[in-house]
Amino acid sequence: MNAMTQTAAKTGTALASIVFAALVGATVIFFAGHAQSATLHDAAHDMRHSTGFPCH
Amino acid sequence: MIQRLFVGGLVAGFAAGLFSALLHFAFIQELILLGEKYETGALVHFETAGNAPAAEGHSDDNGDDGHSQDHVDGAAGEQGGDSALTRNALTVLFTGLIYAGYGLMLVAGFALAEQLGRKIDTREGVLWGVAGFVALQLAPAMGLAPELPGSVGADITQRQIWWLGTVVATGGGLALLAYGRSVAAAVAAGVLLAAPHVIGAPHLDEYFGSAPAELGAEFASRALGVGLASWAALGWLCARAWNSGRV
Repeated sequence: MNAMTQTAAKTGTALASIVFAALVGATVIFFAGHAQSATLHDAAHDMRHSTGFPCH
Repeated sequence: MIQRLFVGGLVAGFAAGLFSALLHFAFIQELILLGEKYETGALVHFETAGNAPAAEGHSDDNGDDGHSQDHVDGAAGEQGGDSALTRNALTVLFTGLIYAGYGLMLVAGFALAEQLGRKIDTREGVLWGVAGFVALQLAPAMGLAPELPGSVGADITQRQIWWLGTVVATGGGLALLAYGRSVAAAVAAGVLLAAPHVIGAPHLDEYFGSAPAELGAEFASRALGVGLASWAALGWLCARAWNSGRV
């Protein structure tokens, strides 16, 4: 493997990690902020109001 | 890389969330509890005495079952019983969680910037934090103001769609404005920033809120102030964590 393909592979891994971290972050935000199940809504209620998520 | 992303984003994010929860209890919780007294009718604002549509409007909402539970919690909140403790503990937990989510997104952004040859120092981290506040709180608040309990809004799904569209468009617009190098990028940024507000947020034709307008205004401005402080702290903490994790 030459230096160029090594760099490309490293960049590819880095991009995959970045996309994965962003997806996990977005999923956490979705469940904590938007999911409408009654239990989640109740638990997250005050936080949703104070951080400006549409709550109910 | 993956470890640096997750440790930096989650730890710094959760820490910023704890700071935000502190500000929440210092500035916001008392207004939520007061708003709920108007929502349940325990307090009545003179202009809305006997205002039936507020209750009707609310029963149309999907989250109504969940919300009636909040009334019980709200009453308990005044008495300082076990359910108030549970309620407040959940608020701390979920504020930590939501900021951990924000932190992961922010650190993912730092990592992307680094791939493109930019180093994010703590000062730039704070700017990213403020931009995150604008994208996730300030811009959506221009269409859908932070709601005091007792406010009645349009259909929740429509509001969530507008919220999401506004966050994506504002985030994209700010990124183009900050890192774009051409006039075309700046123009596209302007279009993205303006579009959600030109389209307009979903609203009802009438107002049904049962709490005084002054209380709603105070709540909205405090929520935004707490959001700005929390996001600035988040940006600073994430940049510190991101740079200290460098190998």
